[in-house]
Amino acid sequence: MSDSASSSINYLNNDKSIKSWLFTLDHKRIGIMYLIAVSLAFLAGGILALLVRVELMAPGETIMSADAYNQAFTLHAVLMIFTFIIPAVPAVMGNFVLPIQLGAKDVAFPRLNLASFYIYLLGACIALGALVVGRVDGGWTFYTPYSTSVGDGVLFITTGVFVMGFSSILTGLNFIVTVHKMRAPGLTWNRLPLFIWSIYATSIVQVLATPVIGITMLLLFLEKFLHIGIFDPALGGDPVLFQHFFWFYSHPAVYIMILPAFGIISDLMGTFSRHQVSGYKFVALSSVAIAFLGFLVWGHHMFVSGQSAVSSVIFSLITYLIGIPTGVKVINWVSTMYKGSVQLKTPMIYAISFLFTFSIGGFTGIMLGVLAIDIHLHDTYFVVAHFHYVMMGGNVIAALGGLHYWWPKMTGKMYNETLGKIAAALVFIGFNLTFFPQFIMGAQGMPRRYYDYLPEFQSYHLWSTYGSWVLGAGLFLILFYLIASLKSGKKAGLNPWGALTLEWTHTTTPPNPHNFEETPIVKRGAYDYHLAKELFASGGEVSEVVTSGK
Amino acid sequence: MANSHSNHPAHLQHHFVSSEQQFDAAKMGMWLFLVTEILLFSGMFVAYVVYRTWHPEVFLLSSELLNPFMGGLNTLVLLASSFTVALGIHYAQKDNKKGLVINLVLTFLFALTFLVVKYFEYTAKFEHGIFPGAAFDPHGVSHGVDYAMYNVPYAKQFFSIYFVMTGIHGFHVLVGMGLFTWITIRAVKGEFSSEYYTPVENCGLYWHLVDIIWIFLFPLLYLM
Repeated sequence: MSDSASSSINYLNNDKSIKSWLFTLDHKRIGIMYLIAVSLAFLAGGILALLVRVELMAPGETIMSADAYNQAFTLHAVLMIFTFIIPAVPAVMGNFVLPIQLGAKDVAFPRLNLASFYIYLLGACIALGALVVGRVDGGWTFYTPYSTSVGDGVLFITTGVFVMGFSSILTGLNFIVTVHKMRAPGLTWNRLPLFIWSIYATSIVQVLATPVIGITMLLLFLEKFLHIGIFDPALGGDPVLFQHFFWFYSHPAVYIMILPAFGIISDLMGTFSRHQVSGYKFVALSSVAIAFLGFLVWGHHMFVSGQSAVSSVIFSLITYLIGIPTGVKVINWVSTMYKGSVQLKTPMIYAISFLFTFSIGGFTGIMLGVLAIDIHLHDTYFVVAHFHYVMMGGNVIAALGGLHYWWPKMTGKMYNETLGKIAAALVFIGFNLTFFPQFIMGAQGMPRRYYDYLPEFQSYHLWSTYGSWVLGAGLFLILFYLIASLKSGKKAGLNPWGALTLEWTHTTTPPNPHNFEETPIVKRGAYDYHLAKELFASGGEVSEVVTSGK
Repeated sequence: MANSHSNHPAHLQHHFVSSEQQFDAAKMGMWLFLVTEILLFSGMFVAYVVYRTWHPEVFLLSSELLNPFMGGLNTLVLLASSFTVALGIHYAQKDNKKGLVINLVLTFLFALTFLVVKYFEYTAKFEHGIFPGAAFDPHGVSHGVDYAMYNVPYAKQFFSIYFVMTGIHGFHVLVGMGLFTWITIRAVKGEFSSEYYTPVENCGLYWHLVDIIWIFLFPLLYLM
C-alpha cells in the first residue's frame, strides 16, 4: 500500500514543466518557491554576517574598510529581517502545511497567494537595487535625520520594504480567511494544531501592523525626495515621531518572527513526546495574547529617545506582561515532555535547543525592559545578543526543526539522521559560542555597530567569531545533506514521525496535488494520542492513508 | 473528482465546497483588506494630530487657503457615488442587469468628477507656489488673498500633510475607477446575478471606505 501510494501522482510529479511552477496556484508549490527564495536570502545575509564577524576579530581594520563594514552590517540586517525572517516560517511552512492541517484543498485565495510571492520577489529585487545605487549604512532602523541625509540607496531599501509589506499583508489576510472559512468538518478551534493557532496570531499581526510600516516608508521616501518636513528636524519635523511610527510596526514585527516558531515547537513537542500538549488552550490563546500585547510595547525601544517618563514607565510595565504568556508556553512545553515518550529525532533536538536559547533570549528581554538597566545596556552588544537569541535562537532554530520535520512530507525523502543530529549539535554550540560572549562584552560597555573597539574586548570578539564559524559549518552541513537527500535519500513513509495532524494521517507523501482524495472528517484533537489506537497498534509506523473517518 | 465537476456553477472555484463558502471567504478577505487600509491612513491621521496639537494656530491659518466650496462639492459627489454603488448591488441581487450597469457607470462618472474637481484645486494651489516639501513658497494675490501672508513656519507641514493625505486618497479614487471599469465590463457581459455578485459587493465595500476616509479628511483639513 505504501509503495503504491507514494508512486502515484503527487504535487511534484503531476506536471514537471517550468511554466507549471511559475504560474502554479498550488499552495504547496508556492511554499517550495518561497523556501528556495528565503534560503537564498538567508545564505546572502549569513555570508555578510560571517564577513562582519571576521572584520571584528581584531580592533582596527582587519579585512574591510569602516565604510564597507557599515554597509555590510546594514545589509545583513535588512536582508535577514525583511527578506528572510519575516516571510520564512509563515510563507514557507505556513503555505505548505496550513491548508493541509486544516483539511482544505488550498488557501482561500490561491491567486493572491501567488501574487504575494511575486510581490515579495519584486520588493527584494528593489531593495537589492540599493547595492548598485549606493551606500546604505545606517542600520536597518532607518532613523531620521541620518537616513534622509545619506545616499539614494535608502530610497531603494524603503521602497523595497514598502513593496514586501504588501506581500506580507496578503499572506496574513489569506491565512486568516483560510483558518476561519476552510476548516474540515469536525476541526473545531479546540482541535486545531497549535501551529495553526500561532500562524493565525501571526497573521493578525501582519495584517494590523504592516500597513503602518507601509505609510512610514512612504513618508520617509517623501521626506527624502520632496523634503516634506515631517521627520527631519532641520525642516521643522520630528525624528521621535519617526521612531514611534517605525517601532509601532517593527516591535509587533518581532512577533511576526517569533510566533510561528512557537507553533512549530508546540507541534514538535506534542508529536515527539507522543503526548497531548499540556495546557493546550493556554498555549493556543497565549499566542493571541502575545499578538495583542505586542502592539502596546513599541516604546521600550525608545527609553533614551526623549519620550515622556510616564510613557516609558507604562511601556516598561506592559513589556513585563508579555513575559506571562511566553512563560505559559515554555512551562507547558517542558511539562509536555514530562511523562511523555520523548523521541530524540533531529526535529526534537532542535525543539529542545530552542527551549534553552529562546529562554535566555526571553529573560534578557525582560532585563532590557527594566528602565534603569536599559539606560546602561541600550545600544550595546547586550541588545545584539538578546535579539539574536530570540531571532536566531528562537525563530531560526525552530524553523530548522520545522524544516527537518516536514522535509519528508515536502520532498518524499528522508535525510541522514546521524548528520542531522551532528548538524543540530554544531548549530547549538556554534550559536551559543557566537552570541553568549556578546552578552558579557555588552554588559561591560561594548557599543553595538562599532567598527573599532578597545583591546580589552578582543577576547570576546574572538570567541564570537570562532563561534560563527562553527555555526556556519553546521548550517552548510544541513544544506549539504538536505540537497543530497533529494538524490539519494531513503524514501519517506506516510507518517515517519507518528504524528496525528492531517498532513501526516490523511494524505500521501508527498501530498496529492489536491491534498486529499476526499475531504477528511476530524474526530479528535491534534495531539490526542490517547485516541490514536491505530498508531499504537502498528507500533508507531502508519502505512495506510486514512481516507475518511477513523 | 470528475463527477463532482459537472454540477458546479461556473463561478465556483475548485477549492471551495460551496458558493456560500466562497462568498463568505471573499467578503471576509475584503473586510480585512479594508482594515489594512484604515491602518495605512491612520499613520497620516496621527501625523496630522501631532502637528495640529503642536501648531494649532498655523493649521487654522493655513486651512483658510483651502476652498471649502470645492471640498464640499466633492463630499456631495462622493456621497452620491456611495448611494449609486449601493443601488448597483441592490440591482445585482434583483437580477436587474440594466440597473446594475447604469449605476456602475454613474459611480464611475462621480469618481471622475471628484478627480476633476481635485485637479482644479491642486492647480490653483500650485499656481501660487503651494507645493508639498522644499518647493513650498506661497506668493501672488488672487481674490483679494495675499498668499505671501501664509508663508509662516510649519505652514509647510500643514500642506505636506494635506497633499500626502489627499494625494493617497486620490490614488484610491483612481484605483476605484479602474475597478468600476472592470466590473462594468463584466456586468455588461452578464456575469453577475443574484447567484453571484461577489466582485460587485467587494468593490462597493472598497468604495464606501474611500468615501468614509474623505468624510474625515474634509472637515479636518478644510473646516477646522
